[in-house]
Amino acid sequence: MKGMPLLAGAARGAGLKLAEPISFWGGINPADGMIVDRRHPAAGRSVTGRILIMPHGRGSTTGSAALAECIRIGAGPAGIILQSPDHIITVGALAAAELYPHRSCPVAAAGEGYSDLADGLPTVIRPDGVITQQPVA
Amino acid sequence: MSGPGFSPGTDDASGDGRDLQLTPPDRAMLAGEEGPAVAMAMRLVAGLARAAGARRLLDVTGAHVDSALCQGRASLDFAARLRDLGGRVRVPTTLNIGSVDLLHPGLVGGKESARRMGRETMRAFADMGCEPTWTCAPYQMVNRPARGEYVAWGESNAVVFANSALGARTPRFGDFADIAAALTGRAPEMGLYLDRNRRADVHYHLTGFSGESLAGEELFAVLGFLIGADAGAGVPVITGLERVCEDQLKVLGAAAASSGAVGMFHIVGVTPEAPDLAAAAGPGLRREEVTPSRLSAARRALSTADGGELQAVNLGTPHYSARQAERVRRLLDGRAVHPRVTLYVNLGRDALADLDAARELEELGVVFVTDTCTYVTSILDEGVRLAMCDSAKWAYYAPANLGIEVVFASVAECVESAVAGRVIRDGDRWS
Repeated sequence: MKGMPLLAGAARGAGLKLAEPISFWGGINPADGMIVDRRHPAAGRSVTGRILIMPHGRGSTTGSAALAECIRIGAGPAGIILQSPDHIITVGALAAAELYPHRSCPVAAAGEGYSDLADGLPTVIRPDGVITQQPVA
Repeated sequence: MSGPGFSPGTDDASGDGRDLQLTPPDRAMLAGEEGPAVAMAMRLVAGLARAAGARRLLDVTGAHVDSALCQGRASLDFAARLRDLGGRVRVPTTLNIGSVDLLHPGLVGGKESARRMGRETMRAFADMGCEPTWTCAPYQMVNRPARGEYVAWGESNAVVFANSALGARTPRFGDFADIAAALTGRAPEMGLYLDRNRRADVHYHLTGFSGESLAGEELFAVLGFLIGADAGAGVPVITGLERVCEDQLKVLGAAAASSGAVGMFHIVGVTPEAPDLAAAAGPGLRREEVTPSRLSAARRALSTADGGELQAVNLGTPHYSARQAERVRRLLDGRAVHPRVTLYVNLGRDALADLDAARELEELGVVFVTDTCTYVTSILDEGVRLAMCDSAKWAYYAPANLGIEVVFASVAECVESAVAGRVIRDGDRWS
């Protein structure tokens, strides 16, 4: 499907699709990428190296710095796919890409195709925003 | 904050981001003609504009930057990079709180390495020409934006005050984006910059309150908490309030921006864009009645404990005005704070400088906190189990941030309790 690149770049990894959005400030431990918000259905799972798939961001505007810190440490997701564009995640990923280009975390918005994305499948984001998921054979 | 989505008519989308039209000066900044710091800042502004679906950028006349509160090495790396690339703000820019109190360096505990990183982050922003105001209530200072002025502000309580009480215009800028707007003087045309996003979508009518219960700030804090939780990211309009002062507008907005994502509210007959209900209302207005019993339930929800022995009392979140701090002197009336209790008053360094009673209050046991706030950094003693506060925002964040129990109360109850060493409540005065 064709998504809209918010931070253009190539990324691949296992998809981690969240039923509910998560805040990078207070919801994810930047040191190890673990979801620590105990009220979140995916609490205890790690975002590190995954393609994080969620409808949009949540919570404090401080989330931009928390996402950048998570990426700096190397515990961030490989890429992020949102349903609708999100200011906080986009700016955090853009700032991290300026500072730590070798750890870039591309971000794309999937729009209407979002509901077709599944949890757990190998997922690819291309620099032009095209998103593909491989069905499990 | 939730994203704007692709479809027209949602929060702040005016296009799908592929429509962004940059002016020749914008493109010159991107190309590095104004130096590498401006180019980096413009990459962020343009990236934010695409994510927000903005069609163009607009000029801002001022900024309030919240990015100096150090959230780890990335905060310092970002600020130091812009500073070292020669970054200077293009518009008058005030600074929100940092993670240390520069005037009272012994107050903040924790690791020295974290304090050093906090100080270095703060210094990098001051080096870029931001005014070292270090307050979350920049609207209490002499220079503040006029009605209709476009500014780029961070910090949710400052944003809601600027839009609601001053009639200035600003969406809520997050980390990194606020300083990027200050360095370029440009911001995406989005959110509360646009007329259509400033109209109310939910109407709260207060009914059954005595004139006496509408004095002071407690009712406004609880009302803001109730409205934020109900309105989410909407724009509320309130009727049933007649005379409202700036301190009351401040606590209402801060609470609504904590329990929800409210960036603007109207009070009919009070705030500048609400001379009457029709002027403030947008299409499809939902109506809610706010009764004394509903407000009392919201007040109970702000406390995690009923009472008991007290170790700390926190006042001034958002930062107190000099007038509010002077009221603490009147309430203490020469009595000392209980030796087991610390009474913190958070306020801007400007407000502290204006406070004639500062010395007297310190002698009675008041601890002033400037440049930062007790809920974002390690100030409270580790032995604190139960704290009291007059702020809905502090009551909302402190239990999780600090791992303590909280009793929310009026400022008069807070001061009486600080003297007594235990929680003293007057009982329910609304129903």
